[in-house]
Amino acid sequence: MATRTGSFITLVMVLWVAGQMPARGQTPGRGNAPAAGRGAAFNPRPPSDPAQVERGKGLYSVQCTFCHGADARGGEGGPNLIRSGVILNDINGELITPVLQNGRPELGMPKFDLTSAQLADVAAFLHTFRAAGRDTLRNPIPNVLVGDAKAGETYFNAKCASCHSVTGDLKGLASKFADPKTLQQRWIMPGGGRGAATASPKTVTVTVSAAQKFEGRLDRIDDFTVTLIQADGTSRTFVRKGATPAVEVHDPLRPHKNLLPAYTDKDIHNVTAYLATIK
Amino acid sequence: MKNIREVLFVTALVLTSELATGQPLDPADLLKPLSESWPTYSGDYSGKRYSALTQINQSNIKNLGLVWTSRITAGLGNAGGGGRGGGFGGGGAAAPTIIGGEGTGELNESGPGSRSSRIVSSILEVNGKLYFSTPDNAWAADARDGHILWHYVWKTKGGTHTGNRGLGMWGNRLFLETPDNYLVCLDATTGKELWHKMLAPLSQQYFSTNAPIVIGNHVLVGLGNDLDSPAFLTSYDPETGEIQWRWYATPQDASDPALKTWANLTAAKFGGGHMWIPGSYDPETHLYIIGTGNPTPAYTSKSRGDGDNLYTCTLVAINVDTGKLVWYFQTSPHDTHDWDSTQTPVLVDAPFNGTQRKLAITATRNGFFYTLDRVTGEHLVTGKFSPTANWDQGLDSRGQPVRNPAKDFDIAGALVSPTNAGATNWMPPTFSPDTGLFYVTTEDSYAMYYLTDTDPRGSMGLGGKEEQGAGSLGTFLTAMDYKTGKIAWRHQYPEAGAWGGTNVGHALLTTAGKLLFGGDPGGNVVAYDPANGAILWHAQLGGVSGPVQTYMLDGKQYILVSAVDSLYAFALN
Repeated sequence: MATRTGSFITLVMVLWVAGQMPARGQTPGRGNAPAAGRGAAFNPRPPSDPAQVERGKGLYSVQCTFCHGADARGGEGGPNLIRSGVILNDINGELITPVLQNGRPELGMPKFDLTSAQLADVAAFLHTFRAAGRDTLRNPIPNVLVGDAKAGETYFNAKCASCHSVTGDLKGLASKFADPKTLQQRWIMPGGGRGAATASPKTVTVTVSAAQKFEGRLDRIDDFTVTLIQADGTSRTFVRKGATPAVEVHDPLRPHKNLLPAYTDKDIHNVTAYLATIK
Repeated sequence: MKNIREVLFVTALVLTSELATGQPLDPADLLKPLSESWPTYSGDYSGKRYSALTQINQSNIKNLGLVWTSRITAGLGNAGGGGRGGGFGGGGAAAPTIIGGEGTGELNESGPGSRSSRIVSSILEVNGKLYFSTPDNAWAADARDGHILWHYVWKTKGGTHTGNRGLGMWGNRLFLETPDNYLVCLDATTGKELWHKMLAPLSQQYFSTNAPIVIGNHVLVGLGNDLDSPAFLTSYDPETGEIQWRWYATPQDASDPALKTWANLTAAKFGGGHMWIPGSYDPETHLYIIGTGNPTPAYTSKSRGDGDNLYTCTLVAINVDTGKLVWYFQTSPHDTHDWDSTQTPVLVDAPFNGTQRKLAITATRNGFFYTLDRVTGEHLVTGKFSPTANWDQGLDSRGQPVRNPAKDFDIAGALVSPTNAGATNWMPPTFSPDTGLFYVTTEDSYAMYYLTDTDPRGSMGLGGKEEQGAGSLGTFLTAMDYKTGKIAWRHQYPEAGAWGGTNVGHALLTTAGKLLFGGDPGGNVVAYDPANGAILWHAQLGGVSGPVQTYMLDGKQYILVSAVDSLYAFALN
């Protein structure tokens, strides 16, 4: 993670300007990035000057960190500021300023003797925190490589070796996918598991009669038609009526799918640890 | 408090004056079982989406053909809206566009790919007119030929524009929720705005996609929020927009007995539970029965304590006159996967163990199916409608699934079914009294859930985890037996991938013509035999985005389907 250097704040600002991750409670957790041309759903304030944010960070670290935490998620006695209504509703310091100037004696918060410029700096810094979604820079991703490679090898030999070989099709696998999480996702479901194109597409056999059989790559299918691309590149579409004609889909990922209900999480972590050694 | 006589007088005056200009909805029609019209989100209050109409039935469905289509044009760009039904430019004056809103218009979406051009709403049919909506937009159309009568556009200030579930109607008034959290009251005849009220602050990341539900003189409004702002259902006065009552999904003060299911009051206050899909209503008991949303933080749940986190992911019964909770049944105690339980419950009078019971039935996003007594909340049946769901360790004595903490998530990844999209989602189910079966769109799918935030204070909202899909074993039209909680039959959509979004079709309809309708992932609207899932009829529309509905006009039964930016109406040839 070479990015976590002195340019931290600048990078945060870049991310902030690039648009916040859209909220997803009603959405299914797919497609995190906002589609091109769509405005950020919740972005009520313009980006601040990076120099001002840097000054605000300094002031915050001196005056606020002890009670509210360096990441503003809460510290010794002070609440999480990121979710605070005052901070969320504030645009340019107009709500934050009176709280800092007057304190909240009933809650044990002192008042702060800051100039109006300094108050604006603190407000600008607080607005760099992203309330929703993952703040990658502030939450570095933990290492997922925790399994037992030896146990993973045993599992691999028992369940995977009938189709795959670490000296054959999987040779150098870990060099292709250096990030263990990517490696893990790739072996669980090549192609990403979300209907993305795979190296080996589904094929289909359509049997019109004993004499007429058509085979090819599956282009599309529903209950009413099936379209296949034949070896010569031509496509054929058949109307389906119940079981006529007979349609047989061959899904090369079927064995991977069949394993999904069978794995334990430990199996998965072990196999990943083993495959990470196949450089 | 206003004098009751004064209220009645003013109400009568409003209704009378509106009678002169339009054809208002008779409040009594809202209490009838679904038949000729479609005056509220689910057609009627029961949530069954079962129509008594029989003109179109199993014996003649082969003769069902297209009658008209109509296309919408969302956004501010093209005043006049669409409406192919009006003819090719010579069919009369362009429909008026009425513009409201407090934003600048810069954030409004338009164009064929926009979410404001995608109809997922239920469509009201009242006195020969259709009323429907997308984010920031509402339309009226003629139910006989689909031509657009007016188009209303709200200039938005922002908020999540994921979809809009439809309009509510009271007299000659329509109610629209906007993504930037306003309740807009429109004149149904002209589309002109009568008033609008702010529902919640956009700065706290509320957003509104719901269909308001009108019950008597209450307009019930729920919101969405993916941060952690307090969740509430609010009843508004349809005449003035004033608040009548508000029910919070989680404890907001120390006196609430549900507080013992939370770590502390702060965790409870910001604990989520948003009701972003309408509930159902039992006129006999005055109970509005609605599913609540997921708790927050959705994933990093330590800050919520070890308790059940009431009343999140819960089926609750609220007295519509008082706004007070009468009973509850939690369908997902201490949820840790953002699997809300907002799915529309279905209210059914049906035999159970030899006696006729008043039931509430629901299939929730976590893969579980429940039959309850809707008067008392008594638990009767729990089943699994998604056999792959692997996050539980069986049921407790109350019939609730016990979560397996090992399947919450893991730094190295936990393989969990269902995915965050759920074993089902918002898509309305249907129930046919003819078969005694409950029908729902389902998926058997897996994802790896990774913990990315190891801070014990947790993340906010939906943060702190990463989810990566691991594969789908199939998507299905599933028929559930409410007596046993078992799958009666299911039809697998051939080779269909994960549905990938909440704005898919598959909202279902059953009719007394012994038909079950739904959109399929291949873009077809399909009629099935509700007894066994056999396919009886279909039409390819390129993509079904909203519910299949039905209504009757001039002695003709229509089947109405929304397919992205177009409406299609079918009738017998």
